[in-house]
Amino acid sequence: MNETKATTKTTHPHTGMTTRHDAWWLAPLMVATGFTIFIVYATYRAFENNYYEIGAIISPFYSPKIVLDWFPFSPALLILWVPAGFRATCYYYRKAYYRAYFLTPPACGVKVYGNNGYTGERAFPFVLQNLHRYFFYLATLVLLILWYDAFKALIEPTFHLDLVTVIMFINCFLLSGYSFGCHAYRHLAGGGLNCFSKDESTKRRFKVWEFVSKLNEHHMGWAWCSLFSVGFTDFYIRQVCANVFPNPTFF
Amino acid sequence: MAEANLKVFRGEKDSGTFENYKVPIEEGMVVLDAIHYIQQNMDPTIAVRWNCKAAKCGSCSAEVNGKPQLLCKSRMDKFEPGEEITVQPIKTFPHVKDLVADVSWNYEVNKKIVPFTPQPGHNWVVYQEDIERVQEFRKCIECFLCQNVCHVLRDHNRKDGFYGPRFMVRLAGLEMHPVDSANRLKMVKEDAGVGFCNITKCCTEVCPEDIHITDNAIIPLKERVVDEFYDPIAKFFKSVFKAK
Repeated sequence: MNETKATTKTTHPHTGMTTRHDAWWLAPLMVATGFTIFIVYATYRAFENNYYEIGAIISPFYSPKIVLDWFPFSPALLILWVPAGFRATCYYYRKAYYRAYFLTPPACGVKVYGNNGYTGERAFPFVLQNLHRYFFYLATLVLLILWYDAFKALIEPTFHLDLVTVIMFINCFLLSGYSFGCHAYRHLAGGGLNCFSKDESTKRRFKVWEFVSKLNEHHMGWAWCSLFSVGFTDFYIRQVCANVFPNPTFF
Repeated sequence: MAEANLKVFRGEKDSGTFENYKVPIEEGMVVLDAIHYIQQNMDPTIAVRWNCKAAKCGSCSAEVNGKPQLLCKSRMDKFEPGEEITVQPIKTFPHVKDLVADVSWNYEVNKKIVPFTPQPGHNWVVYQEDIERVQEFRKCIECFLCQNVCHVLRDHNRKDGFYGPRFMVRLAGLEMHPVDSANRLKMVKEDAGVGFCNITKCCTEVCPEDIHITDNAIIPLKERVVDEFYDPIAKFFKSVFKAK
């Protein structure tokens, strides 16, 4: 044996949580922090039931505005479950919160938290993740309404462009990039086919699938940008409604 | 000459010690070179499995500083001078000796998968757009790093219910093949246990061939399972239009 050799006692090559030297905990910590901030803010806004509409402008948290006589609570509660369900069942967000909140695992090569009874997505409640495509259908309807809201804010009462309208259009663009790059849509667009060259219909679906795949490559980026934009759009509209922030008109 | 400080697991059948070695660093050196240096100059009994040293045979899988990777693809110049470099065998499979683990379970799983079953009478003209997805999966070198890092196998030890990412890749390659005629979706859901995967993407992170295991293999398989078992509307439309 060489003299440069020293010994550290152990009984198994993998005894501790991990032997990773890098800051593996940083990414899940940042994700958990980001999600928690958004969830707290969105919950507060959903129950605030005020400062969400001014003229033709409406907050994305309250659109479409559904007012029912028998429902005395905030109208946001009637609509927010759709985008919330879409994001909660999204394949990117699943990765993010399984790591950040459930620690299964917190990072690659790091021991999971809790070992007993793991069933993954085979049993309740996580088997409900399979409903993702239904949330996609519903979230697409909501997204179309948000585009309608943005155009309505542009043309009412007369054609004009103000800061809130610009923010609303940017938000719709980012939400569209997120929604139409979704894994479920990628499958529905053409990923479920085995043969793209079969006929004209499958060839067209192949083109759509290729485009969706390009969006899908950056799904994480779209997910975070659209999460920030929808929160910021609501925040800015709230502040304008409360006369705290200005809404300058460009023309 | 600069020296690297390696801490290598030595022992047999899960029992052993971490031993430290100082190895001179040369330009272009990888961790496998350092292990070979130890083998040739310090301790010829150290066991390491390797073959090509070109990241193509998938033999030298291990864990360097806790990260599953190929020893032949882990460059020494990415470590800080004087940094302790921990080298361990892969965790998920039975330990044999030093850096060698017994990965034979994987070959047993492979035998359970219904092999390529061509459609009878197919003319074998296949267009690039139809086969491109499958070609990505054919890059797999069977290093089993994805199997090793997958927490379902690594921490929960559910080898009884989950085939692991490597075999999800094989199943996806077969299911998406334009000439194949077998239906393995029941196997994907039940025996292969795709539902155990919670898509935390570690398999993709460690793949030395950069196969997008989660996005291109596991998630599409999950969606096909949804088509077949969880989505009556999609099943209805599929039966009406018979697009496949």
